Amino acid sequence: MSAEWPLWEIFIRGQHGLNHRHVGSLHAPDAELAMRHARDVYTRRNEGVSIWVVPSAAISASSPSDKGPMFEPSQDKVYRHPSFFDIPDEIGHM
Amino acid sequence: MGAVVDLDAALFEGLCRLGDSTLVLGHRVSEWCGQAPVLEEDIALANVALDLIGQTQMWLGLAGEVEGRERTSDTLAYHRDVWDFRNLLLVERPNGDFGHTLMRQFLFDAWHQPMLAGLAQSRDTRVAEIAVKAGKEVAYHLERSADLVIRLGDGSGESHARMQAALDTLWPYTGEMMVPDATDAALAEAGIMPDLNGLRTTWDALVQDVLAEATLTIPESGFMHKGGKQGQHSEHLGHMLATMQFLPRAYPDATW
Repeated sequence: MSAEWPLWEIFIRGQHGLNHRHVGSLHAPDAELAMRHARDVYTRRNEGVSIWVVPSAAISASSPSDKGPMFEPSQDKVYRHPSFFDIPDEIGHM
Repeated sequence: MGAVVDLDAALFEGLCRLGDSTLVLGHRVSEWCGQAPVLEEDIALANVALDLIGQTQMWLGLAGEVEGRERTSDTLAYHRDVWDFRNLLLVERPNGDFGHTLMRQFLFDAWHQPMLAGLAQSRDTRVAEIAVKAGKEVAYHLERSADLVIRLGDGSGESHARMQAALDTLWPYTGEMMVPDATDAALAEAGIMPDLNGLRTTWDALVQDVLAEATLTIPESGFMHKGGKQGQHSEHLGHMLATMQFLPRAYPDATW
């Protein structure tokens, strides 16, 4: 067993109706303490109404070296944005 | 009229007991800043210290108001000497190791939480308002310290031994919290502060539950130190105050 506590990713919902947002990460031996640490580290100034903690090991991330194939093909395809198309006047406000 | 004056004096005394205990414990816990075993615990300890010092400002602020001699919470905190302090002996005990600090915190929190619940029912609305505000913070302190006492007591062989040693050392300082003197009795009689005898049942039940789960053994000796509430302190408090009070005493006009 590693002496170092595992890493946890912390997500906090700032207000009712908003999504949880990633705020950072911290070390803790288990989920319960990760929650408590998150409360102490990230919500001192009334930032949150809800906390999620996720083991960092459970996250699968895209590789930085795949950035080109993953994201660049969409750069020159402006027609994928709805604003690319002209809307006939008779449609009015959408 | 005499009785009214006496009650104000008792209230001043009672408020100093509350405010001095939170001040001294808050300062003790703040001594961990930058020293805790891991970053997350360092921040958590600093948060607890700040909560306690915030509560001190309210208790000592009200004490100064009740006394009516124009002393503020700062005057009371920084310009009184050891024999004027009315904190519990438990909170002036040195930090020791991390387990020792947590055991001291738990034994205090287990008293502090029901004490504030009682104070929230005070006939004096100023007292009740402070107690309600502090109660939310202290509910978290208790949850945290109880959980960590259980984890460390029921942890490795070494953590268990350290927690048992901390309990053995600190236990004789717990009795004072629940033994009322004439001041406590007068305040309870007037409905301003709870009856300390009544807190014992709650404290006993909570402490026994948590320590049993932590696989720790309560010492059998019934010997208890007393005197902190009346201003008789161990040598540790003087050393602590020398550090804590140095700046405002050396530079009385300092502001920040």
